[in-house]
Order: sequence, then structure tokens, then C-alpha cells
Amino acid sequence: MGRFVVRRLVSMVLVLFAISVMTFLIFQAIPNGDPAQRLAGRTATPETIAAIRRTWGFDRPIYDQYLLTMRNVLTGRVISYTQQVNVERQIADGLPATLSLAIGAAVIWFALGVALGLLGAMRAGGAVDRALTALAMLGVSMPVFLIGALLLYLLAYRMGLFPNGGYVPLSRDPAGWLSHMILPWFTLSALFIGIYSRVLRSSVLDTLGEDYVRTARAKGLSEWRVLIRHVLRNSLIPVVALWGLDFAAVIGGGAILTESVFNLHGVGQYAAQSIGALDVPPVLVIVMLGSFFVVLLSTAMDIVVAVLDPRIKLAS
Amino acid sequence: MSTDVVIRSTRAPARRTPPLAAGAGPYRLALRRLRRDRVALAFGALFLVIVAACLAAPLYARDVAHTGPNDNHVTDVVRVGGARRDVVSPEGIPIGPTWHGRFLLGADQNGRDIAVRLLYGGRNSLEVGFIATAITMLVATLAGGVAGYRRGASDAVLSRLFDLIWAYPAVLLGVALGTSLALGGLNLGLFTLSGRSLLVPALIIGFVYIPYVARPVRSQVLSLREREFVDAARLQGLGDMRILASEILPNLASTLIVFVPLMLANAILLEAGLSYLGAGIQPPNPSWGTMIGDGIQLLPTALHMTLVPGAMLVLAVLGINVLGDGVRDALDPHAPTRLPH
Repeated sequence: MGRFVVRRLVSMVLVLFAISVMTFLIFQAIPNGDPAQRLAGRTATPETIAAIRRTWGFDRPIYDQYLLTMRNVLTGRVISYTQQVNVERQIADGLPATLSLAIGAAVIWFALGVALGLLGAMRAGGAVDRALTALAMLGVSMPVFLIGALLLYLLAYRMGLFPNGGYVPLSRDPAGWLSHMILPWFTLSALFIGIYSRVLRSSVLDTLGEDYVRTARAKGLSEWRVLIRHVLRNSLIPVVALWGLDFAAVIGGGAILTESVFNLHGVGQYAAQSIGALDVPPVLVIVMLGSFFVVLLSTAMDIVVAVLDPRIKLAS
Repeated sequence: MSTDVVIRSTRAPARRTPPLAAGAGPYRLALRRLRRDRVALAFGALFLVIVAACLAAPLYARDVAHTGPNDNHVTDVVRVGGARRDVVSPEGIPIGPTWHGRFLLGADQNGRDIAVRLLYGGRNSLEVGFIATAITMLVATLAGGVAGYRRGASDAVLSRLFDLIWAYPAVLLGVALGTSLALGGLNLGLFTLSGRSLLVPALIIGFVYIPYVARPVRSQVLSLREREFVDAARLQGLGDMRILASEILPNLASTLIVFVPLMLANAILLEAGLSYLGAGIQPPNPSWGTMIGDGIQLLPTALHMTLVPGAMLVLAVLGINVLGDGVRDALDPHAPTRLPH
């Protein structure tokens, strides 16, 4: 067990290193042209450009620039090109909104995905099941920002039931926080509810054919009890595995579209605004930290699952 | 005892499929099952109609709307039912659907004809989707096949690469690459791309989705290479590439076929997301994603700017998804597929 954990942690460190190199290269090596020139603007003199190049370290060899960038990222000293403000402080400011969005949505999509998947499996082939299939299909076929825009138009602008976007901190006004978060939560959840209900439905249908389910029924247990205690417990495994990964991806920047539509001022929207301004450092930091988080969480999940489930081969 | 087993095993499939099917191959059977799936066929036809309409964009622009996708008409006036109306009102609100040849589905904030942009934008969205899917499928089949077949060092390197791409949330990696490439294009010596080229988002989306296909391909090749027919081919003296192409690939085909519509639908959705954020197709080039993005800016006053491209996008993706579901059911009702996010 100890060796498995160590090996998993070593490979995690390697992946983190590779991610940092790849992200650095995407932003520093791929774009043509001189970043110093972009920073200085069109009317800059060659002296200004040279000075910028020296202060930002663009004249150093590439591995030196990588080390410099990483030192700044890890010590929280990255400065944005356009507004010259500290990037990591901006990210910290956006974190409450992003976490509120991700946690609330993850709870909703898990609960609704499981409930609807179970309902579909219980009524497999019937009208309810077919209606749920059609809804799930629609959910995975709509871009999130379109769902968000239409909900905003109908429920906020037309009917005035919800505020028109924006974020209110939970600590300042809990009721306002809730009313600002409900639409974003359901917008972000729609796609995942579609996927999860399908996965759970087929997983439940597979489990229903198992011998121990027949045994439970033969014991005379009620159908409901069989479903909840014997079937659901086992069919939840694939859904829970998915849930961990998707949750990590949403916190790591996957909610960028939802945040932008609802103007939540979260980390994702900060990235989106920086893209609009062609401001590289914030995007670099957010992409790097986001994927770091995904790797950290999926490693933790692997270890937890290995501890919980002795059947998983520790050797592989 | 043994005869009993034999009889049962020959009878069971005979009862499920009509006697006609005796000599039909698996793809023939799948096609027959698909032909009975009316819903899947109807949605597939819907998608084809959308593709055909988008291909006919220049015809529509020239003969019906009499304007191009990027032509501004901010100060123009149109006749709607005898009344003269501004294309864009003095307050900056564009006209809604006129249901006439000119501005059939309304105009946008620059006075451009939405119906024309919708069709041209569809061409761009679909082109990016198809090229991205082709890139994903080709690279993933090759890389996943080699990793699974050669195992050892090639597998270790390729699998780590898949892990690396997989670790990024798809939208975020697309955004990172899109921003980076839109800044200055791509310059690889012989091969150069400008930041405005349609190939940039296509390459990015194709690249981002590689591990979603390559990983299942690799694990399937890993088990296929242990099968007897591969041993037989090896004993006949066939080379690795020949075995991969003529023994392994045909057995992978049904998995690959199932992935094509899934990847196409996701590529079109990701393109829309990237374009909405400004990291995909670059303006003034229209695409469904950029059009929805323009529309969201004016959502309360000009709902049609969001609704028209949004409906088209959802119908196209829905068509692909339902058809793809039917194809999967027809090929193998138990095939495991996972939607990338």
C-alpha cells in the first residue's frame, strides 16, 4: 500500500512538471512575434522595447525564462501585461464565486443525475424513460452559454424572478447569494445531468441482472429496498468516479463559459477577460493552476479508491 | 451434454434474427438495424439538410438576400409589409425577422443579414468540426494503435502524453492554445498558418480531443493483439504495420465508427465555446459560436440574434447525437462510450 501511494505521488509530480513545461511553451514559444513589442504598444521606441525585454526577462535563454516564470507562479508574484496588477491576488478574489458555482452545481447534478437515472432504469422502455432520454440528449447537445443566456432572458429579464447576473458574497448576503447562484448552478448542471442520468441508468440495468439482486428479491425484500440497498450502491461506482473528475475540471477552469455568461467575476471569467485583452500571464497561471488541481484531485481519488476497494490491483 | 450446448448455441441467435440474415456480415446486420431506427434516420436527415443548406450559402446570398456575410447595412432601410423600417434603429437596435428575402431572419448590430451569416457561419462551424474530427480520429487511431501494439517504451511515452493532454480541462486547453495561436499564427518552417485561418481552431480542437479516443483504442488493441488470429498472422511472417492495418484495424472499426459522431458533435460544441470566448474563429468570419456571442451582448433588445444561431447549432448537434446513438445501438447495444466534457 505504502509503495503504491509513493509510486502514485512520484508519477503525479512528473505529470505536474510536464504540465508546467507544456503550458509555458504554449504561451512563450508558440506565438510568433515579440512579447516585448506587444507590451510596449505600437508607438514605442526601440529603447523602450529593449528596456521592457530586459525587465521582463525576455532576453534570457528559454530554460531561464521557464525557471523565472515558475518561481513567480509558485511565489505568487506574476504581474499581468495590461493592467500590471498581481495575477494571483486577482485569482484569489475570484475564487469564492468559482467555488460557490462549482460546489452548488456539483451537488445538483449529482442528485438530479442519480434520481433521473434511477427513474429511467425503473421505467426502462416506458414513456417516462423515453422522455428522459430525449431530455438528456437535448442537455448534451446545447452549449452551456446558450442555456445560460436563454435562462437569463426568460427568468431574469422577462419575468424578473432572478437578478440579471453578477455575484454577491455569501458572507455579506446569504439570500442574495442564493438568488444570484441558482441560474448559474442549473446552467452548469444541465450537461452533466444528461450524462450522469444515462450512465447511471445503464449501470443500474446491468446490476439488475446480477445474482445477488435475484437473491435479495427471493428473500422477500420490497422492490424499493432492493433498488436502494442492493442495486444503487453498486451502480453508483462509475458515477462517483466520473463525479470526482468532473468536479475537479469545473473548479480548474471548466466553468469559464458559465461564469462569463452570468458575469460572476470568478476565476474563469478573469481568464476569459484576459483572453479578450490578449493578456498572457493570467491565462498561463489559470491554465497551469487549474490543471494542477485536476491532477492533484485525481491522484487523491485514485489513492482513496485503492484504499476503499481492495480488488483494485495496486501493482498496475 | 455437449450436443445440448451446441444446439442451444446455434438456436439462440437464429431465434433473434430472421433466417435471411444467415449469410450477412456484421455491418450488413448493423445497417439493417439502423434502417429500422426511424428516429435516428430522421435526425440524421435533419443534419444532412443543415449541411446542404450551409453548402448552398453563396447561392442564397447572391440570389435571395443580395448581400454578403460581412456586408454592413447599418444605414439601410427595408420595406416590410409596405412600411419602411431602419435595418438598425437610431438607438442601435437591429431589425428582427422580416420573413422576406432581405433580412429573412433579421439583422445584427452591424446591419448584416443574419440568415446569410447563419449559412456562412454554419460552413465555418461544420468545416472546423469535420477537420477537427478527422485529425482526432487519424492521430488517435495511429497513436493508440502503436501504443497498444508495441507496448513497452512507445506505450509509456504515448500514454504519458495522453495523460498530459487529458489533465487539462478541454475548454481551458482549447482557450490557451487558441489565445496563443490567434496572437501570431503558427510557423513550423514549411507549414505556416495565420492566426485568422480556420485551420487554427480545427487543429486545436482536434488536438484537445485526441486522448478521449486514443485511450480506448489503445486498451482495445492491447487485448486484440493477444488474439489467435494475430498470432496466426505473425506466424505467416507479416510485419507489424501490416498486422495493424489488416488484422487489428478491421476489429477496431466499429469502435471508431461510434466515436466519429460523438467527436463531431463535441468538436462543433467546443468550437462554439471557443469562438464565444474569442479564442476560436476570429471575426469578422462568422460562425455559430461568434454569432451567439454577438447576440448575448444585445440579449434583451435583439433576442433573434441569439436564438437563430443557437437553434441552428442545437439542431445540428442534436441531429449528429441522435444519429450517433442509433449507429452505436445498431453496431453494439453494449458499447461503452463516455462523453468528454
